[in-house]
Amino acid sequence: MSSFLRASWTIAAKDLRSEMRTKEAFNASFAFSLVILVLFSFAFDPSSEELRTISGGLLWLVFSFAGALVLNRSFARELQNDCLDALISSPAHTSAIFFGKTLANFLLLMIVEIAALAVFSVLYDTHFSKQFWPVVLVMLLGTWGMTVIGTMFSALTVNLRMREMMLPTLVYPLLIPALMAAMTLTSDLMIGTALGKDNMIWLRVLVGFDFIYTVLAVVFIDIVLVG
Amino acid sequence: MMTETRDRILFALAAVCAVLLSYNFYKIFLVLPDEANQGAIYRIVYVHVPSIFTGFTGFFVALAASGAYLATGKLKYDAFAAAVTEVSLAFATIVLATGMIWGRIIWGVWWAWDARLTTMLVCWLIYAGYLMLRRAIDEPTQRARLSAVVSIFGCVDILIVWKSIEWWRTQHPRASPQRSRRRRHGPRNGSAHLLELAGLHVSSGHSSNGPNPPRRTLARNRFPPPHGPLLLK
Repeated sequence: MSSFLRASWTIAAKDLRSEMRTKEAFNASFAFSLVILVLFSFAFDPSSEELRTISGGLLWLVFSFAGALVLNRSFARELQNDCLDALISSPAHTSAIFFGKTLANFLLLMIVEIAALAVFSVLYDTHFSKQFWPVVLVMLLGTWGMTVIGTMFSALTVNLRMREMMLPTLVYPLLIPALMAAMTLTSDLMIGTALGKDNMIWLRVLVGFDFIYTVLAVVFIDIVLVG
Repeated sequence: MMTETRDRILFALAAVCAVLLSYNFYKIFLVLPDEANQGAIYRIVYVHVPSIFTGFTGFFVALAASGAYLATGKLKYDAFAAAVTEVSLAFATIVLATGMIWGRIIWGVWWAWDARLTTMLVCWLIYAGYLMLRRAIDEPTQRARLSAVVSIFGCVDILIVWKSIEWWRTQHPRASPQRSRRRRHGPRNGSAHLLELAGLHVSSGHSSNGPNPPRRTLARNRFPPPHGPLLLK
């Protein structure tokens, strides 16, 4: 187990280090989030009270678009110089490679999301300081579901023609339950409703979704990467 | 020789289907009277509901075939999964189309974001993605492997989507057809509907000789149950 974790962390650290040096994925997805956040203000009245009731949906749209940009690169960047083949033939188990990549994507996406959330709350005057930690919890759970499925499909589509198009086409429909739960919860928290009896079911959907797909992905990643 | 026998079986099955379908359509369009609340449009249920059953059966068979491919590595299972998914997607399209036509006439809108419609649409998107993925891969074993994984992920997802959209609807009260239906018939009318359907087929046999002229009632319920009890006049 410890060797699994060590291998995963080595992969995650490698990915994060190369991201730190190039800042490719971060720059692309954060810039994209900014543009979308500004564009939203033209879609509806940005100062209306109504905005708060749909803010969860808007935020998660931004997060999932930003996520697609990060996840598309995750396995594709290993194609150069046949790094992917080297990774697969290394002593690290494929599930450790997958787990490490998921971890790196997760951390990177969380940073983008927190930055986007800050911009969102400045631009659209939201008040969720009382619900700050629940919002973070929902973000952690939703982002984990997104990165697990996204990394899995990043591996699945890495050798495909039209990779950039196939990934979102396959991933977004699968993410619907997680996004629906995260959107509902975030909107609730933004209008000041605390986590409680009424919306607990969505937290359970999120946790269940994360659990089911983490298990499925770890089981099937070997088939996807090695065959 | 082998293909000849198979062709013969296929033609025989097609002939049987053609006879059964023509008989069914004769009953549905000419023998059965209009329904009291919905008028003639209720007849669409005879296309709509069997298509749902066929479509979903196909998706689950595709799940089993994909699992069988991954377990055995035999490409015939992959071909089977692909064929079944294609047929099921066609039936899913029929379900969506007939549902929309029905909704336009009874609810007044083409699309109502009702729980079942939404689930079906998500299902359609997932399996359309599956078929697109198959087109994007040329190498047969790689295609079989990857699409089997997508099929399994998709099937699991549909179950989660199904449940969560139901919760979404019950948690967010709004003027939706789903709610009014729920209140009247309770959350589970799937199995009840099967019985109704069976009953309808039986009753169609009995009423065919009766002296009931087809009649349209003007007072239509705006939000009746899509698959709720049909009142035959």
